[in-house]
Amino acid sequence: MPHDHDHSHDGAVPHDHTGMSPSGHPYRPDQDTALSYWQVMEIAVRELAVERGLITPAEIAAQIETMDARSPANGAAVVARAWTDPAFKARLLADASEASREMGFDIGPLRLIAVENTDEVHNVIVCTLCSCYPRNLLGLPPDWYKSRAYRSRTVKEPRRVLAEFGLTLPESTTVRVHDSTADMRYIVLPARPEGTEGMTAEALAELVTRDSMIGTGLPRSPGA
Amino acid sequence: MEPGHAWHDMGGEAAGAVDLSTHDYALWEKRVDALMVLLSGKGHFTVDGLRRAIEDLGPEAFETMTYYERWIASVSRNMVEAGAWSTAELAAKMEEVARRGGTYGGANRV
Repeated sequence: MPHDHDHSHDGAVPHDHTGMSPSGHPYRPDQDTALSYWQVMEIAVRELAVERGLITPAEIAAQIETMDARSPANGAAVVARAWTDPAFKARLLADASEASREMGFDIGPLRLIAVENTDEVHNVIVCTLCSCYPRNLLGLPPDWYKSRAYRSRTVKEPRRVLAEFGLTLPESTTVRVHDSTADMRYIVLPARPEGTEGMTAEALAELVTRDSMIGTGLPRSPGA
Repeated sequence: MEPGHAWHDMGGEAAGAVDLSTHDYALWEKRVDALMVLLSGKGHFTVDGLRRAIEDLGPEAFETMTYYERWIASVSRNMVEAGAWSTAELAAKMEEVARRGGTYGGANRV
């Protein structure tokens, strides 16, 4: 049955979650169908690598755990800190890798660049060549980020693409598109929403969405 | 295709609407990602090697294979090129795995 996201999970009415993932979404079709050629290849490569002592099953499990633990909440914490700490914001805009490390986030060897949204400028990130994404701060990319449509069109008609995400910007706003590479990745520092004066960094982080850090959305408004 | 313009260099091409639906990643996809991170991290190949083998799959693979299918094809090729094992050894292992049959979960030993 199709999953209804509007229903209450603490209500008394039992309903069927069979076939749904722990997060309540449908599994990918390849999760519960017959073993595919590429799944066979994954198992084979993994077993060969383990048998030859190149990696251990524990390392694989730990890497998946690390990956699962990364989410847009990491990026949101960085953004909220920048909104509340001008000195940190200056460091973030000067060297986002180093500023993120300062907050305890492992960025690896890649160069991370934060681009700031203002009243005049809106930034959006894409990787036209492949799917480079600030995964250390945002987790794995959404499917659309890797799609032909997003990769092809964002550099050519960003306003139209943003409109498909429900984001229509004033004509007076400059839209800057940043094309990532394997070694150089971007994250958008969205503008702090109005009506958030006096809010703590923790409360502000709740307003920072994944899409607002890609540039395909804006942060939530308080109380929305 | 324009000369000097490889298929994966998609920026500026015409394309349809952005499909905004998303999925959870399956375990086997997360394992492909982990294999890439770990094996490249240990120096068996590079991120550029991953990309090069994906680009070598050609434009058709982009339409017919999923993201992590392209990744495992590339990881596998890079490991053979690195001399970690031969194509014959890979083929033998894949045959053995395929004989376990059934579902992905059922074919896993661990």
